[in-house]
Amino acid sequence: MLFRYLLLLFILLPIKSFALIEVDITRGNLSPLPIAVSPLSIDEKSKKDFVKILKKENIGSEISAVVENNLRQSGLFNPLNKDAFLQKADIANLKPRFEDWNLIKAQALITGKVTLVDEKLRVEFRLWDVLAGKEMIALAFTTVPSNWRRVGHIITDKVYERLTGEKGYFDTRIIYVAEEGPKTKRIKKLAIMDQDGFNNKFLTLGNELVLTPRFNPTNQMVTYLSYFRNLPRVYLLDIETGMQEVVGDFPGMTFAPRFSPDGKKIIMSFAKDGNSDIYTMDLENRIVERITNHPSIDTSPSYSPDGKYITFNSDRSKYQQIYVMNSNGKNVKRISFGNGLYGTPVWSPRGDLIAFTKLHKGKFYIGVMRTDGTGERLLTENFYQEAPSWSPNGRVLIFYRETKTNSKGEGFSAKLWSIDLTGYNERLVETKTDASDPSWSSLLSK
Amino acid sequence: MIIITAMSLPFLSKKPIDLPPLVSVELIQISDQTNIPFAPKAKKIIEKVKEKEKKLVSEQAPPKIVKKVKPDAIPLPDEKIDKIKKIKDKKQNPEKIDNEVKQVSEFEKDELFDPSNIAALIDKSKVESAEVTDKTDKITQDQEKNIDFAGLSLSEEDALKAQIFGCWSIPLGLPYDQNLLVRIKLQLKPDGSIIRSEILDHARMNKPGQGFYKVLAESALRAIKLCQPLRVPSTGYEKWKDLQLNFDAREMLEG
Repeated sequence: MLFRYLLLLFILLPIKSFALIEVDITRGNLSPLPIAVSPLSIDEKSKKDFVKILKKENIGSEISAVVENNLRQSGLFNPLNKDAFLQKADIANLKPRFEDWNLIKAQALITGKVTLVDEKLRVEFRLWDVLAGKEMIALAFTTVPSNWRRVGHIITDKVYERLTGEKGYFDTRIIYVAEEGPKTKRIKKLAIMDQDGFNNKFLTLGNELVLTPRFNPTNQMVTYLSYFRNLPRVYLLDIETGMQEVVGDFPGMTFAPRFSPDGKKIIMSFAKDGNSDIYTMDLENRIVERITNHPSIDTSPSYSPDGKYITFNSDRSKYQQIYVMNSNGKNVKRISFGNGLYGTPVWSPRGDLIAFTKLHKGKFYIGVMRTDGTGERLLTENFYQEAPSWSPNGRVLIFYRETKTNSKGEGFSAKLWSIDLTGYNERLVETKTDASDPSWSSLLSK
Repeated sequence: MIIITAMSLPFLSKKPIDLPPLVSVELIQISDQTNIPFAPKAKKIIEKVKEKEKKLVSEQAPPKIVKKVKPDAIPLPDEKIDKIKKIKDKKQNPEKIDNEVKQVSEFEKDELFDPSNIAALIDKSKVESAEVTDKTDKITQDQEKNIDFAGLSLSEEDALKAQIFGCWSIPLGLPYDQNLLVRIKLQLKPDGSIIRSEILDHARMNKPGQGFYKVLAESALRAIKLCQPLRVPSTGYEKWKDLQLNFDAREMLEG
C-alpha cells in the first residue's frame, strides 16, 4: 500500500529538468595540424658507431628530418620549428612535459630513440596527443643501418594513419621516365626514386625509347612500353631482382599497358587492322582477350580496384570522352560530359574517384570526378600537363608538366608535380633530370 | 493516475479558440521563439511580478478575486491601438486618464480612436513598451516554462560556435561520404571550463573499420580542450551546465 502511495506521489510530483542543449559544429579550420617532431635521441656510443657506418653526424636528427619533411609535404601537418622546443629530446622521449609542448601550440608530438643493436639500427618512436596528455602509438623497428630513410618513411606512415584515419603513402617509390637532351632528340631512361625524390636510380641505359611505366599494385613489378627496331614491345621488370622479360610484340600503335588490381593481367590498347581497341593479356598463359570492339579509338584503360569495371577514353561520341564499362566489355557508359576533351582516366585505389586530363580552350587540366561522372573538380591548370597517377591511399596525384619553349625552341622542360585532392597542396617533385610519365608504387611495407 | 485519467477525458478538454486575423502593433514577448533575453526594463518588471506572486503564495493570502480575462485572447487591432492611445494620454494628463479608464468600457473606447494618428501611436508605443506589456508581463506558467527550458540565444550559440570553429583542426583525410557525426556531452563549470567530456558513441571508436570515426572524435576532443574555457553566457548556468556538441565535418570535407 505504502509503495502505491509513493508511486503515485512520484508520478504527481512536478519534475523540473532542463532539456540538454545541443550545438552543431559543422565548421572548423582547415589549416595543417601543428605537430612537434622532436629529434630522436641517441646515446653517445651509438652516435659514434653510426658516424662510422653511415657517415652521419646524428642519425636521430636525420630520421626525424625525414619524418618532418614528409609531414610538411603532405600539406596536412605543420611541423613546428625546433628552435621553439623547450624540452630536450632524451627527456621528452621518457616523459613529455605536455605543458611545454602546449605552450608552443603543438597538438601532437613525436619522440623517439635510436640505438645500434647487433650491428642493426633500432628505432623506437612514440606519438603523443599533447592536449589529452596521452600516448597514441608506440612502435619499434629494427633494420640494417642503410635503411634509415625507409624507417623515417614508415614512422611517417604510422603517424599519418593514426592522425588522419587513412593509410599513408610515404614508404613508396615512384617510377618515371627520365629525360635529357634537346626536345627533338630526347634520351629517355627508366628511373626510380623514393616518393620524396631520394635514392634515385636509372633502370635502363637510354638506348631505346621507353614509355608509360606502371607499377603492379601487388608487388614491385613494373610493366612498360619500349620500342625495339621501331616495334612497340611490352616489358615486365622486377625492381627487386632487375630481371626483365618481353611480354609480347604488338602491332601498330600500342598504348599504356597497366596491371589489373590482382596483378595477374595486363590491360592495354593496340591497333589491329587499323582500329585501336582495348585488350587484356593473362600473364600466366599469355592469352590475349579483346575487350572493346568499336570503330572508334579506345585507349588508356584502367581497372577499378575491385576489378569489376574498366574506365577508358574513346572518341566514339565524336570527341574524346571518358567511359566506364564492365570488365568483360559490356554495359559501356559515357561519364564525362563537360566542355573540352577528356583523356588518361585512372581509377583511384580507394574506388571513389577517377582522375583524368582535360584539354579545354588550349589549357590542360588535371581533375577528378566520381565514377558516375558527377562532381567533376579541376585541381590544376597549366600550359601542358598529363598522366596523373594515384598515391596508394588515393589522396594525392602525381603527374608531369611541360613548359613552353621560346621562339628559338629553347626553355623546354618536363617536371613531376604532385597535388592533393583539396587542390591547394601542389608541389614540385625534385628530380635530377627532366621527368615524365610517373607511376606511384603501392606501400613497400604492408 | 485517476487525476491524469480524468484530465484526459474528452469532455474536459477545452475547445480551440477561433482567433480573428490580426494586424498587430503591440510589442509582444517573443523570447520563447528567438531566445533573445528580455530587455532589462521588462526583465525587472517580470522579476517584480514573480516576486509579488511568490510573496502571495508564501503568506497564504486569500484567493485573489480576478476579473475573468481570457489570457490567450489577442485583442483586436482597434483595441490595441486604443490601449496605446490610452497610455499616451495618461502621460499627458494623468488625472484625466484615471477618469476615462473608470468610465469608458472596452467597447466604448473605440469611439476615441483617431485613425489619422496611427503612426504617432506606434512610435510612442516603442517608448512605452514596458507599460503596454505590463498587463501581459504577468507571465503565465507556459511562458515561464519556455524561459527556463529555452536553449542558448542565437548570439550565445554563435559565439560558442565561432570559438570552437577556430579550435577544431578538421582531419582533411576523412571521407566526406560517410556518416561521421561525433556527439560529445560536456559538463561545464560556470566559467566555461570543462569538468567532464564524454563521447556518446564511445563504443564505435574501438570497432574495427571505424578508424575515421576515431580520428574525428579525437580531433573534436582536442578542439574542446584547446578552446576551454568555452564562451558560455554569464547567466543561466543551470540551463547550459550540461551541453552537447555535435561535430560534423562533411560540409567542410566535401568542399
